[in-house]
Amino acid sequence: MEITLKIWRQGSQESKKAKGAFETYKLNDIQEDMSFLEMLDVLNEKLLHEGFEPVAFSHDCREGICGSCGVVINGRAHGPLKGITTCQLHMRHLKKFTTLVIEPWRAKAFPVIKDLVVDRSAFDRILQAGGYISVNTGGVPDANSILIGKHIADEAFVAASCIGCGACVAACPNASANLFVSAKISHLALLPQGQPEKHHRVESILKAMDKEGFGNCSNAGACEYECPKGITLKNIAKLNREYFEAVFSASLEEHPTHAHHGKGDESMHVGH
Amino acid sequence: MSYQIKNYKNSLRWLTDAVSLSTGKKYLMGFTGFFLIMFLMVHLFGNMLLLKHDGGLAFNAYSKSLLTNVLIRVIEIFLFAGFILHIIFGITVSIQNKNARGKQYAVKSNITSSFFSRHMIETGSFILIFLLIHLKTFFYAHRIMDSNLTMYESVVMAFQNIYYTGFYVFIMILLSFHLMHGFQSAFQSFGLNHNKYSPLIKIIGLFYAVVVPGLFALIPFYIYMEKITLQ
Ligand code: HEM
Ligand code: SF4
Ligand code: FES
Repeated sequence: MEITLKIWRQGSQESKKAKGAFETYKLNDIQEDMSFLEMLDVLNEKLLHEGFEPVAFSHDCREGICGSCGVVINGRAHGPLKGITTCQLHMRHLKKFTTLVIEPWRAKAFPVIKDLVVDRSAFDRILQAGGYISVNTGGVPDANSILIGKHIADEAFVAASCIGCGACVAACPNASANLFVSAKISHLALLPQGQPEKHHRVESILKAMDKEGFGNCSNAGACEYECPKGITLKNIAKLNREYFEAVFSASLEEHPTHAHHGKGDESMHVGH
Repeated sequence: MSYQIKNYKNSLRWLTDAVSLSTGKKYLMGFTGFFLIMFLMVHLFGNMLLLKHDGGLAFNAYSKSLLTNVLIRVIEIFLFAGFILHIIFGITVSIQNKNARGKQYAVKSNITSSFFSRHMIETGSFILIFLLIHLKTFFYAHRIMDSNLTMYESVVMAFQNIYYTGFYVFIMILLSFHLMHGFQSAFQSFGLNHNKYSPLIKIIGLFYAVVVPGLFALIPFYIYMEKITLQ
């Protein structure tokens, strides 16, 4: 098949401009059964042979589990199919298009590194603010010593399947990271291991999210529509409930010096 | 690292802290939005008296009774506060949201979210303009300036003007758009989303968004048509 590509180039010798611009390429020997990323590989090979700089794009696993391959194709995060990542998209799915406009994720919090590659380390900093549990590594616990209902385990498992791809932010009209954050909050708040720290977690993770410059959630639902892992708005509702509960409970703040044990009920030790 | 319980020293700082985070703002938008939804319903019941063929007797009596009711005067303060907070936070989140994108996409998809959800600030801003005009015609003229017309006469005079009535009907369409997303969205903001009841909330929301602005718009339309047919 023949295809015209309009690809965002930025920060490479191709674009010459730091601001970036679209470049147009034509490919006429594309097979339907190539994946979308293989099609970009073909383009890059051609560019290399012709002495140009290849198009930078992120990819790693190419099987839909690492979350690194996000690009926007004709206005749709990960392309026009629902429930898949870009690496799972094949050229046969794009037969109805003669032109593909390929753009990086657009969000202030995800600055473009080069061409289609964006810096998603804002997600890492959000997770560092609370996407974990503190555990004492004692002996190996007995099997089933912590009972978890099957339906709860299932729900936590679905929430935990977020791959941090950032499609929710890319698709959101407000570039909000609420779906990503809500997946982590739900996952940990549903399980007994996550519950001791849940109030503090939701406050500090939201603080970190706002600090990165993501937008506010307006319940538009584009995130849910584009998420390759089926994370739903119900998780954002859960995030909201968790926050409500945290606001009406004690808030914790970081103490400049080490708190001492037994200082009375005003002090409390969390983590180490 | 160690943490201590934050001591708010009996101040309301915990509340201002809470609405400074994005999810707190969301609760506030949902809360004030839902409060305004409740208000609109009460307002509509009063307005329906205008359709009674009694030369405004019932309507004037009703508007007088509101003035003398202490409870209503207290609720009125909350109503003003609710509007002001809804507007200030609505504008704030919308500016933050515009800025969060940075560079716009060259190709935009409009199937991933609803038209109504993407244009809350536009519909809201028109409602705000309307609100100011509305307050000037009725609140300012009667409560601040002590107009010598009855409330009914003011209403009929305003609605016999084709531009006023046209604008009113136009705004009710935009209010309907605002509520098409807003009604159901407020519940999601409160964290209420479950297969058990969310489908019902969505149906009630759509019903409300059509019927309430529709009945509001019917009144000026009716008064205007009455004027034309009497001529
Ligand atoms: C009687 C009039 C109004 C009613 C009944 C109403 C109702 C609502 C409701 C129920 C919501 C949804 C809240 C949520 O998602 O949690 C909402 C959102 C919103 N309203 Fe209003 N509203 C009114 C007037 C206004 C006005 C005058 C403005 C002017 C700026 C405005 C701006 C907004 C904005 C920007 C949002 C979206 C907020 C967001 O994205 O989170 N509204 N409104
Ligand atoms: S919630 Fe979905 S779209 Fe967002 S980062 Fe996780 S997997 Fe990607
Ligand atoms: S390359 Fe890993 S998810 Fe696409």
